[in-house]
Amino acid sequence: MTISNPVRSLLMTAILTNLFDGVAYGMLLFVLACGLAVTLGLMNFVNLAHGAFAMAGGYVCAVLVNRIGWPFFAALPLAFVASAMIGAVLERTLYQHLYARSHLDQVLFSIGLVFMTVATVDYIMGSSRIFIKLPDVLQGQFDIFGVGIGRYRLMIIVICGLLTVGLQLVLSKTRFGSRLRAAVDDPRAASGLGINVPQVFAFTFAFGCGLAGLGGALSAEILGLDPYFPLKFMIYFLIVVTVGGSSSITGPFLASLLLGIGDVAGKYYVPKLGPFVIYTIMIVILIWRPNGLFGRTATR
Amino acid sequence: MFVRNKTLTLAASAAMAAALASGAARAEDVFKIGLIVPMTGGQASTGKQIDNAIKLYMQQNGDTVAGKKIQVILKDDAALPDNTKRLAQELIVNDKVNVIAGFGVTPAAFAAAPLATQGKIPEVVMAAGTSIITEKSPYIVRTSFTLPQSSTIIGDWAVKNGIKKVATLTSDYAPGNDALASFKERFTAGGGEIVEEVKVPLQNPDFAPFLQRMKDAKPDAMFVFVPAGQGGNFMKQYAERGLDKSGIKVIGPGDVTDDDLLNDMGDAVLGAVTAHIYSAAHPSAKNKEFVAAYKKAFNSRPGFMAVGGYDGIHLIYEALKKADGKTDGDSLLAAMKGMAWESPRGPISIDPETRDIVQNVYIRKVEKVDGELYNVEFQTFEAVKDPGKAKK
Repeated sequence: MTISNPVRSLLMTAILTNLFDGVAYGMLLFVLACGLAVTLGLMNFVNLAHGAFAMAGGYVCAVLVNRIGWPFFAALPLAFVASAMIGAVLERTLYQHLYARSHLDQVLFSIGLVFMTVATVDYIMGSSRIFIKLPDVLQGQFDIFGVGIGRYRLMIIVICGLLTVGLQLVLSKTRFGSRLRAAVDDPRAASGLGINVPQVFAFTFAFGCGLAGLGGALSAEILGLDPYFPLKFMIYFLIVVTVGGSSSITGPFLASLLLGIGDVAGKYYVPKLGPFVIYTIMIVILIWRPNGLFGRTATR
Repeated sequence: MFVRNKTLTLAASAAMAAALASGAARAEDVFKIGLIVPMTGGQASTGKQIDNAIKLYMQQNGDTVAGKKIQVILKDDAALPDNTKRLAQELIVNDKVNVIAGFGVTPAAFAAAPLATQGKIPEVVMAAGTSIITEKSPYIVRTSFTLPQSSTIIGDWAVKNGIKKVATLTSDYAPGNDALASFKERFTAGGGEIVEEVKVPLQNPDFAPFLQRMKDAKPDAMFVFVPAGQGGNFMKQYAERGLDKSGIKVIGPGDVTDDDLLNDMGDAVLGAVTAHIYSAAHPSAKNKEFVAAYKKAFNSRPGFMAVGGYDGIHLIYEALKKADGKTDGDSLLAAMKGMAWESPRGPISIDPETRDIVQNVYIRKVEKVDGELYNVEFQTFEAVKDPGKAKK
């Protein structure tokens, strides 16, 4: 690339800016959806209500920041904790009774739960879209070699990147990680070895819900937060999990990035087709690999 | 025994007849308005504003008109046309309403149109803004606005005020296309150039890529239409991407700076110039009184949707008065045609030819007034008819 070619350099910065936005969007999708990858992929439970936990986290953060005046960074962990706790309670009281039921029952149950949360949140918080007041540090954009870097999006990439690395380490290096993998691979043998399988599942479920809650709080600024959040984004979560496959968290992670970048680039370069790009990617990948990028080859 | 029984039966049937008669008499004295608006879903703010405004109007003006008691039956269609159609049918057939009103979005107004025609019942459109709506039934009357009304005027204004290159970002559905078409026509006719044209999906989570495209096109201004309710998200991302600092001004019809959400949009919205039919800062006594009463009753600022509802119920009240208590659709409609009055937004009237609203369109700029963001009007175009129909 020659410096005397301004058109080309403009093209480059456009590509890099889109790449940055796409990565941020993809990271966000990953944090929102990776809990679902665990429940759907590892625990084989179809939880369509996953977005409801994300929404809960978003609203908890919004109430803490906007009404009580907490700093944004203090409210983020609480969004995680609140959603994880709601997840744990619901898992013990409702979800665990449905593990052994058919997928249809699980779908009907969880979609019913979605409608109930939508109505409840609409009633309590009102139906208009709400925003979380951000500190000034996170607002605006700065330029690096002409590439516009949004501060908020940069923060998303940092937080989500750290989380991904952390998750991967926990799953592959810790005792809990190996227990979880054992419980998933063969629950009967695992409990025979003294692993408390229901407890491991409950904990994992709650943790996934917590991540969704954190994602919900982070996404309020970019995706917008209203009571219909769980329905609007359900399809995106499901795409991430189907495209990524469910054998590890690497699959959903790469799928999220691919979809995020694809979506942003598609809307930028071919705005007329924008919304369909994400579905096209999904169809092509599923034709090529029906079990997703990193799917296990139909052992179930 | 037999005689006594017969007497009883007689007495009972007499009582029943009396009850029926009095019931019928009561029904005669009630004037029913079926109000179909979205109270849930993404467009819920529209429904809530209209519902609030109607409650306020009835509080101020009583609920008896020309000897009839006004009864409003509120139904929520969540802005889904299938629901609208079903609810309109129920209201007309079962509740026997005299007027159907509301309609938050264009497809909802369309869905009810054939029912209004069949039932010969006036359909008062209080929100939806696509030009063609009033042509879908001879019983439709509109008290909101049409998008070409404001879009043509902002097009002319842009040409006259040194804006040469414009990028457009509009929501991809009927009102957005209406707004885009009429803006484009006037702006290019005046010598302006459209450098970029992007239609965003109606259910759009993230404006980022579209805004980046706008930014890279380096226009003097961007023309924006997003439906009421999405303006907040749009302005946030506009600021995040630094478009305010690159000197790309926002212009458009006033939906993007809806009074309902304006104050929460932050300072990035300062200086946005829009053409629209109503601002809560409209400097008339009538409006000041309306805004104060609305704020007192509902603790929020009325937007253009509230005014559409307020004028809609006013039109129904006045038509009923003018028709001398006649409640059939044709008499009401005849009374509505040509009616003119002073609304909080300024002088308005119903065009007797098209049954559409004729009103002033104001050019406004977002400014800070007493620490709050308002659309401050600085130029007025008087008695604008819908340009979408004038063309024909």
